[in-house]
Amino acid sequence: MEFHRNHIISMKDFTRDEIDYILDRAGKLESLARSGRSDILSGKILALLFYEPSTRTRMSFETAMLRLGGNVLNLGSKDASSVIKGETLADTIRVISTYSDAIVLRHTSEGAAQMAMEFSSVPIINGGDGAGHHPTQTLLDLYTIKRESSLEHPDVAIVGDLKYGRTVHSLTYALSLYGANITFVSPQQLKMPDQIIGDLKARGAHVNETENLDQVLNNIDVLYMTRIQKERFPDPTEYNKVANAYKITNKQLAHVRQNMIIMHPLPRINEIDSSIDNTAHARYFQQSFYGVPIRMALLTIVMGTDI
Amino acid sequence: MNTTRELRVRPIVSGTVIDHIVAGQAINVLRILGITGVSDAVVSMIMNVPSNTLGHKDIVKIENRELKEKEVDKISLISPSTSINIIRDYEVVDKYNVEMPSTVEGMVKCTNPNCISNTNEPVTSKFIVQNDPFRLRCLYCEHVISEQIAQYLL
Repeated sequence: MEFHRNHIISMKDFTRDEIDYILDRAGKLESLARSGRSDILSGKILALLFYEPSTRTRMSFETAMLRLGGNVLNLGSKDASSVIKGETLADTIRVISTYSDAIVLRHTSEGAAQMAMEFSSVPIINGGDGAGHHPTQTLLDLYTIKRESSLEHPDVAIVGDLKYGRTVHSLTYALSLYGANITFVSPQQLKMPDQIIGDLKARGAHVNETENLDQVLNNIDVLYMTRIQKERFPDPTEYNKVANAYKITNKQLAHVRQNMIIMHPLPRINEIDSSIDNTAHARYFQQSFYGVPIRMALLTIVMGTDI
Repeated sequence: MNTTRELRVRPIVSGTVIDHIVAGQAINVLRILGITGVSDAVVSMIMNVPSNTLGHKDIVKIENRELKEKEVDKISLISPSTSINIIRDYEVVDKYNVEMPSTVEGMVKCTNPNCISNTNEPVTSKFIVQNDPFRLRCLYCEHVISEQIAQYLL
């Protein structure tokens, strides 16, 4: 299949065939992602515009570009750039697109990447826009499931902040393309918005909801944990109650499926006990690494380079 | 019966009769047209009159004015049943039903305060119009507006 795309904005732009194409390409680049350097993107420059803090997304894009033989331009902090003088994002994009061959943008406002696309002369990759999309995270999540479990009709539980969590909305959409059975596990106040549940069901997805994590733990292939943010709760007591209810420890894993994997977009706070890190179920650090081959695949695609 | 009807809907010489407005929306139609009460436009507004097709409907008549395409598009969002009659010399010279556009630009404010279209960036709001059920989906942040659209009209 031939697949060219200039911009990576939202998972909803992708068909399953296109996602498969990206995952396959990431597979071909995985050994290079682990070590070494090629000249696939030699002479190309990637600009990283991060208006919000990021460790994994920013550094894995840098690593991806360096492994491919390209170079990276960093906006640096907002305070050291024209942003502090009140320059609009549109103007910044117009300028930076003349300095680089592609731009990764993380921004605080939803829809920023979509707007940036309108003003850019080079490809835009959405590195997260407010509470909106984070397509490269979703793609690396899918790649993790494919590599460490199976993407054929997996039983997946997604746990935690399903209301505000930007990664889970894109992920559930993408999982529905693979016929996943999805169970949403969250407290009432952080449940998946009805609108998204409605959209998923309209597409024929198999979705369930529960507040009880233990109820689903033994019947899933993938446990996808997310962080519950303290600031969502006006009452600290309520936060502690909820945070403890959605914390997983080694003891709870006694009867889970043997090949069940645990994922987390990281950073975690205390929702996965560190005693799990060395079990056969933990995959969150591998998941973080898989961001590199996925982003390498995307960089080669948007820059129109064969591998 | 005829007399009552004529009293309610007196013919106009020229201008526009906006008919079959969803009952209760006539005031919002006036808002869309910028008729605030301080202009000198001659306007009649009739609300909640019986209608064969709608049960009840509103009617707005404006003398010496024909509507712009953008105004008609906005009206279609709050009252899809509306018909527009252009009157010249007491004659109906054109009559058509409003049609909802597939996209609307610069007409509706996104309800998501954190949407890029609500910042100082040089972009106007853009929505994709979806039917069954009717809703507007922001092209930028994908937030959906499905009710009380009138209060978000720009």
